[in-house]
Amino acid sequence: MGFVLSHLGVFGNGLLVSLELSGLTFLLAGLLGGLLACCRIAPVVPLRLFAWAYVVTLRSIPLLVLLTLFVFGLPEAGVVYSLFWTAVTAMSLYWAAFFCEVVRSGVRAVPRGQIEAGRALGLTFGQVLRLVVLPQALRSTVQPLASLLIAVTLNSSLAAAVGVTRELTGQTQLLDQQFAQPLISFGAAAACYVALTLLIGRSAALLERRLVVQR
Amino acid sequence: MATVVSVAVLALLLAAVLHQFAVHGQLAADKWSLFVQAPVLRYLLGGLWATVQVTLASAALALPFGALLALGRLARTRLLRVPSAVYVEVLRAVPLLLLIYAFLLGLPETGVRMPLFWQLAAPIGLTNAAVFAEIFRAGVRALPRGQTEAAYALGLGYWPAMRLVVLPQAVRQTSPALVGQLVRLLKDSTLGYVVSFLELLNSAKVLGEYNHTLVQGFLVVALMYVLVNSTLAAIAWGLERRTGRPRGARAIRSC
Repeated sequence: MGFVLSHLGVFGNGLLVSLELSGLTFLLAGLLGGLLACCRIAPVVPLRLFAWAYVVTLRSIPLLVLLTLFVFGLPEAGVVYSLFWTAVTAMSLYWAAFFCEVVRSGVRAVPRGQIEAGRALGLTFGQVLRLVVLPQALRSTVQPLASLLIAVTLNSSLAAAVGVTRELTGQTQLLDQQFAQPLISFGAAAACYVALTLLIGRSAALLERRLVVQR
Repeated sequence: MATVVSVAVLALLLAAVLHQFAVHGQLAADKWSLFVQAPVLRYLLGGLWATVQVTLASAALALPFGALLALGRLARTRLLRVPSAVYVEVLRAVPLLLLIYAFLLGLPETGVRMPLFWQLAAPIGLTNAAVFAEIFRAGVRALPRGQTEAAYALGLGYWPAMRLVVLPQAVRQTSPALVGQLVRLLKDSTLGYVVSFLELLNSAKVLGEYNHTLVQGFLVVALMYVLVNSTLAAIAWGLERRTGRPRGARAIRSC
């Protein structure tokens, strides 16, 4: 226990970088995924096809392949920027595909009649989406989005494999190499991840209960 | 109108990517012609075979263990229920990479030596056992209660009811989810890159560093993963239609 306490700073910093990494990824994936979801349900064929192809392809490529492609491959094609943001880009592109599917299944959970009623009232496609579909879709996507956030957080550790060793898993590995205390250091890191997962899960349950509509 | 604009925007996007590649000579024929040569193809297919082996080995570990864990969580005694629940919840909340580092760096320090193949396959199997356990448990719980009650009413005990009534139906119900989960196992095997086991991704890296075709190698390998994984996803989808489960019950399982 003393070992963990004396290296609390290392774990704390690692945890912060992990949070930053997964938070930014989730945010960007949310923006892109929302856009893709709009494309998938839009009444424009090329957009639908593009979004469908994007989702199918990106869901089949392992995240680590995407990370290595962006971190080690793209510099050869002249695309070079900071390692941290390269990792965030690759992870956002990957999770956007999953985000899109969550949003889309939320939208599909809204009964068709609601959309038709909106159209019948003379609302445009954008208005139907904004006023009728999304507020209802949001409620049914809280749990899936929480699962997605957990997956994003756990998989943000993969960034360590391509060199972003400042995050929690990378820091743990370095600590272990320095001090050879595997049980304690890996155990402490695991405890951090378990705590994060529990926190996200509990918050989602709370949020869902508050959003529920009494009918 | 919207159609024309969207086609134009998408074409512009593609053109920008191709331009960026062309300017830096990444579209040169000799960078790509490598990947139609027989020895290179054989090398990459060898990598794919290693990937498949890791996937199958970890599935062979995860499936029975996951089934045991699910039975443990469904058991009537807390003695079995609590430890299985703790295992499942913890292993689902710990990143695979951390577990792999623990196997790779932690185990040798405690004196346990494992072949490289199992240093990769064992952690993948152990994590996914927790996921399989949840799939099995969901399958059992999705079964109408009346089925179990009918079995008890017929005079069957706990185990005969499980074996003859509950499990056969649960396995059939969960088969699409199980095949879908294979996609995740296959994706997880890319972590061979971390333990320097020569599976598909690591093979592409070695090849790319040797021939200066990193971008091309990774793109070719990505395409191979897309082909294999979308085949698996299609099989899962076909099974789903045959078992007649309501659509939309598909969770985001293969992250």
